[in-house]
Amino acid sequence: MTQTTAQTTYGYQDLGPLMGLMTGDEKHGPAATSTLDALWVLYDRVLRVDPRHPDDPGRDRFLLSKGHGPMAYYAVLAAKGFFPVDWLEGFGGYGSPLGHHPDRLLVPGAEIGSGSLGHGLPLAVGSALGLRAQGLTDPAVWVLIGDAELDEGSNHEALAYAGAAGLDRLHTLVIDNDSTTHGWRGGIASRFEAAGWSAATVDGRDHEALHAAFTAAHPGRPHAVVARVEQKN
Amino acid sequence: MDTMRERFISVTSQVLDEDPRLALVLAEISKDGFRPAQDRHPERVINVGIREQLLIGTGGGLALTGLRPVMHTFASFLVERPFEQIKLDFGHQGTGGVLVSAGASYDWPAGGFTHMSPGDVALLDTLDDWTVHVPGHPDEAEALLRHAYAAGDDKVYVRLSLQSNRTAQPVDGARFLTVREGRAGVVVAVGPMLDDVLAATEGLDVTVLYASTVRPFDDDALRAAAARGTDADVVLVEPYLAGTSTRAASDALVDVPHRVLGLGVSRAELRRYGSMDEHTADHGLDPAALRDRITAFLPKA
Repeated sequence: MTQTTAQTTYGYQDLGPLMGLMTGDEKHGPAATSTLDALWVLYDRVLRVDPRHPDDPGRDRFLLSKGHGPMAYYAVLAAKGFFPVDWLEGFGGYGSPLGHHPDRLLVPGAEIGSGSLGHGLPLAVGSALGLRAQGLTDPAVWVLIGDAELDEGSNHEALAYAGAAGLDRLHTLVIDNDSTTHGWRGGIASRFEAAGWSAATVDGRDHEALHAAFTAAHPGRPHAVVARVEQKN
Repeated sequence: MDTMRERFISVTSQVLDEDPRLALVLAEISKDGFRPAQDRHPERVINVGIREQLLIGTGGGLALTGLRPVMHTFASFLVERPFEQIKLDFGHQGTGGVLVSAGASYDWPAGGFTHMSPGDVALLDTLDDWTVHVPGHPDEAEALLRHAYAAGDDKVYVRLSLQSNRTAQPVDGARFLTVREGRAGVVVAVGPMLDDVLAATEGLDVTVLYASTVRPFDDDALRAAAARGTDADVVLVEPYLAGTSTRAASDALVDVPHRVLGLGVSRAELRRYGSMDEHTADHGLDPAALRDRITAFLPKA
């Protein structure tokens, strides 16, 4: 990456160095974080969000539920212009808006504050219902959860209800780095499918596969994409 | 007379017709009463099933999109079970909503402790900036619910109960009312405790304040009432956990020497079924027991 203040557009290759601003590790590679590729494909090619109009009622909503390890999220938001790249260096500091868990009141573009696991999917269900109740049937609602986060019972309340209610503007992205202790027998996608969701499982590093799964049609049903990445060390 | 919960259903159904911003989230409880409203507004009357974490999370999501969510079930399942959702899905997100509970501290004694929630107001007291209404009559419930629905993006809890006073007071959603004036102490009756407090203090030289909105606490009213008497001695009579408002009263009187006695539902489980009157007596909240406890604390009364 060319480190100049004049740089205004960033690509996928810049995300590693942007994350390096937060961690101090200049060799930060995309593989160091499980969410980076899926986040990039979403923000670069799928989500209809505009940093100049972050409160547009018609925007798509992306809710980062797995608030742990938000460096990739911050890097993508900065790369897309939601806040200045020079905010990244203060990551976690007292005066920084960028904490180790995001706060929606501090981070432009962050739809929710998260960190406590299991809150995003229920909030996403309410967001999908709230948009529909106001006649906003076009915006998509996305929520990112982790495979271990799926342990939280609140997710199962939400996914069972969303399937039964046919919330077809709701999308769940599960980043599966096999970090859950007890595993998901039968596979994570099967939990969603049994509840009436459309579901796809893809290589979480393959941008074309992610894009295809993100944009697959799922009439009348919510949609889950399980993005499998390397096992957490 | 209808109950507070029946009034909640009729008033909320009406406001749903009038205010397109209002949305109701249920977790099965009261779904039959809301069926006509749900038929008229299927996208703003949402029953998520017996899922209380989702009840609050859904309300939080509705609020993120700009709606005014109303969430309802029994107090123990509305406030105690999904407490972290209340903390994070509203306060931390910077949004608001209205929690409306039924069941109170012991509205269904035969149901046992699983359906009792004496600690709900004390729990909410650990969070910032929640308004807490405790109506003492169905007409007050209606006024306070309408007040809550129109309160912008405020965070509001409305605690409904089968316990009720015979007549309604002209509540305004904020101030304590002076019901009786005296000089030997101040007795604050909260919500449905008013009739029993008035009976217990009959003929005593005390001021009786009536509180149907307990948070924020009406510091000015308590200070003014205390200043009228010889000593700043205060008895709080609350229909939930004893002592819940002791800190608030003490803070209001921080500048003057004062004593505070907090009466209410006792902490220990009774492990009894039976009737509401029996539980009121067991907690020492019937008029005779209240009079004994108040006069012991206020010997000049």
